[in-house]
Amino acid sequence: MSSTAAAPSTRTESYQQYYLQAYRWMLLARLAEEKVAALYRGGKIVGGVFLGKGQEALSVATGMALKPGDLFAPLIRDQAGRFAFGENMLDFFRTYLGSRLGPMRGRDGNIHRGRPKEGQLAMISHLGAMVPAIAGVLLARRMKGETGTIGATCIGDGGTSTGAFHEGLNLAAVEKLPLIVVVANNQFAYSTPNTRQFACADLADRAKGYGIAGYSIDATDLATCLATLQQAADRARAGEGPQLIVGTLLRLVGHGEHDDASYVDPAVKKSGRDCLALAEAHIGTEGWATTAELKAWRAETITRIEETVATVLREPAPDPNDEQWTALSTQRLRDDFAQE
Amino acid sequence: MITYLEAIREAQHYALAHDPRVFVYGQDVGNFGGAFKATKGLAKDFPGRVLDSPLSEDALIGTAIGAAIEGMRPIIEMQFADFSTCGLNQIVNHAATHYWRTNIPCPIVVRLPSGGTSGAGPFHSQSMEALYAHYPGLVVMTPATVEDAYAMLLEAVAIDDPVLFCEHKYLYYHLKADSLPTEALPTGKARVARQGRDMTIVTYSAMVHEALACADELATEGWQIEVIDLRSVKPLDTDTVLASVARTGRLLAVGEAFPWGGVTAEVIARVAQDGFSLLDAPPVRVNAKDTPVPYHPNLWGTHRPTARTIAAEARKLLRM
Repeated sequence: MSSTAAAPSTRTESYQQYYLQAYRWMLLARLAEEKVAALYRGGKIVGGVFLGKGQEALSVATGMALKPGDLFAPLIRDQAGRFAFGENMLDFFRTYLGSRLGPMRGRDGNIHRGRPKEGQLAMISHLGAMVPAIAGVLLARRMKGETGTIGATCIGDGGTSTGAFHEGLNLAAVEKLPLIVVVANNQFAYSTPNTRQFACADLADRAKGYGIAGYSIDATDLATCLATLQQAADRARAGEGPQLIVGTLLRLVGHGEHDDASYVDPAVKKSGRDCLALAEAHIGTEGWATTAELKAWRAETITRIEETVATVLREPAPDPNDEQWTALSTQRLRDDFAQE
Repeated sequence: MITYLEAIREAQHYALAHDPRVFVYGQDVGNFGGAFKATKGLAKDFPGRVLDSPLSEDALIGTAIGAAIEGMRPIIEMQFADFSTCGLNQIVNHAATHYWRTNIPCPIVVRLPSGGTSGAGPFHSQSMEALYAHYPGLVVMTPATVEDAYAMLLEAVAIDDPVLFCEHKYLYYHLKADSLPTEALPTGKARVARQGRDMTIVTYSAMVHEALACADELATEGWQIEVIDLRSVKPLDTDTVLASVARTGRLLAVGEAFPWGGVTAEVIARVAQDGFSLLDAPPVRVNAKDTPVPYHPNLWGTHRPTARTIAAEARKLLRM
């Protein structure tokens, strides 16, 4: 399934296909993450588990707005976007389960993964840090005379308070880089609500301060997300500089699976809209798929996930005896004393 | 004659001229030529490849990381080493971990105008080498000569790993050589800056010159002091240090940085562990004082080690 088609205008058959494609990436992300959560509860995951439940529409729209050759620097709740941009499901489970065959080879885990040579930058945990990093790749491409590609990076409401976010976005604006910055305002940075995070009415208002385009959208609506991200991608590709998209939604899970989000008012929890359920309802209303087809997709997806997990669970764990135990690529510069 | 600063400028010119992957990025490095003029004229000679950055150390390093991943060889100028703390996260958590995590190298060079000069005060005088050497995944160079300033900067650009290039501001204008070198020791090899048989002083960067002056002074008293210039503090050439201590039996480690931990402590720990039997006396270290670097010359001159204070410690050690 290709994620690379431009979003067609609504009411056409190709738009229907695009929407359904997005829905199926969202479904895969939701179900794959549910599987990881189950493995976590079963004690099969070494470290933490961080889910994107409720954020799949915004994330998938970001991944689908990108083309092969573009760049994506996702954050912790972007499984839908990662799949849509081309991440193999094996990478997802191998990194969570610590397989030595995964891209991080047990050296790093969970959402801290990537394949930089394939345009998938590997996030570090320090929020905002990926904004200048992806700007640097885009700057390098411009210097090399390579044009036509764009980059997208994602962050949350909390991450917008970091210096790195501001510095990186300002630099990207100065250089007029083709960068999309997607902010999922999921109302809480871990437990900290918006009221303790920022004082402006809408984070998208900051776009004016950077001298860039800003968008404020309801990120629980897949159609809105698809249209907005496509517009932003087109404008970035056309040389109009950075695009700041702020999508409002509610995180429908804890910060991680260790967190029951008891700090969220039950009334607020109830108010949360599930973008996946809404997309599914929209598909039904439009008559784009029957209940039986939706059920079959879900069953097929679960089968794929179970097969992948079964494969990865049989794979070898990293072996400390095989490790080189050096962080340098230049072997002659190893500090040999420190290796002892 | 060419100065230490001119050597750094010439190395960048050579790198830009011979490697299309190289670009220079930093505050005021463009037409202005940098706060110390280390990039003077480069923007004119290499249009579009010597770029002024916003006043954003984190973004500056982060951008270099992205460019390096994309195959470029960025040379970043921090206006002063002290300000690299504002980009510390990108250096130690992003650049330093990148190859190990992803198998994709991150060949950035971060130039750090380092160390104290008279009147520079607490925030324009720091020596950061120990901080960066502590983190896995970084190479930390501390050139003490005009020749090394040139050759090691060129080697830094060629190395596939992130390099912190600690260039000493005190040496910028005073230190001169007849010409640029055509060959050099590889990084990771220390240099015997002066041969002697009574005591080994292990040091690096500007303190090499204080140590050599100290050795001159002690020579008039009949002592022959060996001076080892580490050249890079990571990797640290333990073998050359041990071989010297085997000849002299006495070790004095000298550094301009703050006294807690650091390069001098590392040198002594290594010799104590691997060369304890070579020592005829307890190893001694001389560092700056445990306060911020002071502004006034009277205070600054006492805060940092000098030939005189090194000689005082050396005499005590020689009599042990």
